[in-house]
Amino acid sequence: MNTTKFLDEHLFPGQIGYFLTILSLVASLVATYSFAKAFFSKEISLQAQWEKLAKIAFIIESVAVVSCFVVLFYVIYNHLFEYKYAYMHSDKNLPYQYLLSCFWEGQEGSFLLWSFWHCVLGLILIATKKKWGASVNGVMMVLSFVQFCLATMIVGLFIFDMKLGSNPFILLREEMSWPILSRPDYLQLIKDGTGLNTLLQNYWMVIHPPVLFLGFASTTIPFGFAVAGLLKKKHDWMDNSLPWATFSAGILGLGIMMGAAWAYESLTFGGYWAWDPVENASLVPWLTLVSAIHACIIYRKTGSSLKLVYLFFGISFLLVLYSTFLTRSGILGDTSVHAFTDLGMNAQLLSFLLIFVIPYFVLFFARFKHMAEPQKEEAIDSREFWMLIGSLILFLSAVVIISITSIPVFNKIFGTKIAPPEDAAFAHNQVQVFVAIIIGLLTATGQYLKYKGTTKAFLVQKLKMPLLVTIIITAVVYIFVGVAFKEKGIGFEGAIYVAMFAAIYTIVANIFFWMTMQKAKLKSAGSSIGHIGFGMVLLGILISSSNKTVLSWNTTGISPLRVESGKSPIGNPRENITLFEGIDTDMGKFMVTYVRDTFDNLDKRFFELKFKEKKTQAEFFLYPDVLKNNKGMEGFSANPSSKHYWNKDIFVYVTSFQDNSKEDTTSFKPHQMALGDSIFYSNGYIKLEKVLVNPNVNRPAGTNELILQLAVTSKEGLKYTASPGIVLEGMNIQSNVDTVKAQNIVLSFNKVIDQEKGTLEIGVKESSALTNLITLKAYEFPFINLLWLGVIIMTFGFGVATWSRVSKLKEK
Amino acid sequence: MKKTHIALLVLIAAAIVVLISYTGDLSSYETIASAKQKEGKFVNLIVKMDKSVPVQYDPVKDPNLLQFNVQDSLGNKISVVYHNTMPTDMEKSERLVLKGKVQGDYFECSAIVMKCPSKYKDNPNAMKDQPVTLSN
Repeated sequence: MNTTKFLDEHLFPGQIGYFLTILSLVASLVATYSFAKAFFSKEISLQAQWEKLAKIAFIIESVAVVSCFVVLFYVIYNHLFEYKYAYMHSDKNLPYQYLLSCFWEGQEGSFLLWSFWHCVLGLILIATKKKWGASVNGVMMVLSFVQFCLATMIVGLFIFDMKLGSNPFILLREEMSWPILSRPDYLQLIKDGTGLNTLLQNYWMVIHPPVLFLGFASTTIPFGFAVAGLLKKKHDWMDNSLPWATFSAGILGLGIMMGAAWAYESLTFGGYWAWDPVENASLVPWLTLVSAIHACIIYRKTGSSLKLVYLFFGISFLLVLYSTFLTRSGILGDTSVHAFTDLGMNAQLLSFLLIFVIPYFVLFFARFKHMAEPQKEEAIDSREFWMLIGSLILFLSAVVIISITSIPVFNKIFGTKIAPPEDAAFAHNQVQVFVAIIIGLLTATGQYLKYKGTTKAFLVQKLKMPLLVTIIITAVVYIFVGVAFKEKGIGFEGAIYVAMFAAIYTIVANIFFWMTMQKAKLKSAGSSIGHIGFGMVLLGILISSSNKTVLSWNTTGISPLRVESGKSPIGNPRENITLFEGIDTDMGKFMVTYVRDTFDNLDKRFFELKFKEKKTQAEFFLYPDVLKNNKGMEGFSANPSSKHYWNKDIFVYVTSFQDNSKEDTTSFKPHQMALGDSIFYSNGYIKLEKVLVNPNVNRPAGTNELILQLAVTSKEGLKYTASPGIVLEGMNIQSNVDTVKAQNIVLSFNKVIDQEKGTLEIGVKESSALTNLITLKAYEFPFINLLWLGVIIMTFGFGVATWSRVSKLKEK
Repeated sequence: MKKTHIALLVLIAAAIVVLISYTGDLSSYETIASAKQKEGKFVNLIVKMDKSVPVQYDPVKDPNLLQFNVQDSLGNKISVVYHNTMPTDMEKSERLVLKGKVQGDYFECSAIVMKCPSKYKDNPNAMKDQPVTLSN
């Protein structure tokens, strides 16, 4: 037993924290059991008793989880570095607004966040119980059981040598075996925490995880309705579940796209979506949830597709668990740039997944014969038929994406060594562009189809105008924007054009539908607005991605002076351009100048870049920055900066930089020259053009000046001038050197060798330590605002749908 | 058979075709020796930096040319050409996943994935090795 008395430790918050984690574990188990009893008991009085107990247990659990949150925040806020969580995820310099981000940097905090949202949703369900029908206790049973599973993740108990969960209140000295931690005064030596990862120090990282986790948490409720329905063989829960499902899809979609906005603003892959496994894992439940909502609507209207309703709602929640497993188990390792670290909880994470997957599918197949389909088959001109096709396509697209994302899992199970394709993003795009086309066409036309069947005349009459407007707008877009993406051949380019048409058609047809068929009433606008937003998202993605252009094309190496070698082929422009401090550099449409750097109080280094458009002479400044990495890493992480126009973004980031703080050790090399001679330096040549004698009339009396006019021409064909000189004052000679910063050369006029022949000696010094330089990548994203605006409108549409569905519910 | 069932089967078949055609694009993780035998074919190499040869990168001359040497766990070495800037922390990373092709005697790299002691994440194992800097 360790009996050392440690100084200055604050053990009380941790003791409360431990107690609260255990309390939430026990209370959620009691709640699960009591809700189950209330759900299954046939006797009304017994049911009420169990329900009362269950509510109390759930409220206690909620209080415990919220308190846990508060205590952990207290630990981080007060920099109590005796706690591992505070030490690993925060430091004293962290700006106030990022203290919350520390929570979700670690697994424990993000589990707590997930759990927190379940509590909020559960309390809402309990408080408004009358709205949600007979299966509400079943839903609460499922929710409480998920809460129990989440509580095991943060309880940090050892049961028979098996570690159950990882507790956020563990002390640094309990976890680490550093020698200093056995000293009683170790806290004196730990001056600061290792800090929050620099990439997460972004305002999107404050808001994106809470929204995403609210999205994840809310998928549990439709799942709970489905489980309750399967258990009781009653399928009357659709109206009660739908508002939760539309809420969940809206929030989840918003959360995913906030993550995309974060990637766009703070990651430097030059985009908002990279088909990274972590991104895919969160997208896939959204796709299946949207399928589920549509299947659910079909069932309500026609009584068919019940099996798909159960399958899709089930899969949506199970995919959330699967994505939890993927991102937290470390299994993605080599394929993803971002994922949590392996905390040694893989077995537990896998159990968390399987404890829901296996029983759900057993139950699903056991109830198969109870899910009767109507004998009458769907007419091919009915809305339900095409809605069904649409939701199946979304579902299968999700299956394709998650299968590809699961390659590391496949490798793990079968010991194979399969790696992603050469162009992993294109492998996804070439499939999903066709999904976009079909879904776009269906969401537009489908609105005008009626349930059970539609007459041709009706369809033609109603679709005439929207189609005409679509064709006009599409033509305008083709002519003025078009598709600049030719790398993948005519087939893919053509597909993008068709997809643009489909996206515009979605927007236009849904606007018309709302104006004419729904009489522009807000209450029925949910689906139209949602679909308009979806169409805008599609269009924004298609235009901005297919017209993304590199502004920083660097043609270094294409000049005739460059010698071709095997390793640096000529004629292939590259994306990085070098900027020297204070020197205007030509970058296509712009002249760009790296003006200076500034530091903020957090040691973030901002590079001030002046952009001047050649055509209009309009100027603007961009401030990409770099922040010194923490957590034992050297180097810097770069943050992009962008100039937003209504129709495009200019997006730049610094890919590397070099200070001139290095000591200059190179020396001048003497060269003999006469007027008109040229000499070579490593990157071009220097020509002596003129020798000026006393050009300056105001020189001090008794002095003589000799000034050389040198023309410097680089391999790239850039021309500079330099004028080194000497000043003679009696017997004293003073040499005035001149520099060509962009070429990193210093020139001096050493002496006159032979006045008769006119030969002189000049000195050339080449040094890489002359000037600060950065290398930069710059892109232009046209119409990216269409994407962000589409996200907002789509979320609003889901919100309207939720609101109108809730207000239609009758209280029982 | 209902129309919906036919549609279902057609769509599932399409999804399977898509997945099968995707497998044709897949690449593999290779050692340097096996990558050399597949010259010109896109592969993934898991390697570490060969620190005995200096990294060549001079943004003044060409910001898009990085040359360095690597070795794999079997001890084989190869030089690498990467037409991009030098990723920060490359020299510190424990492991590199290089995507690209062997071209003659060198590896033409199109992307580098770094496995740093801790990149975007906290690594308890890396932390355990670290206290030397803390004690005084």
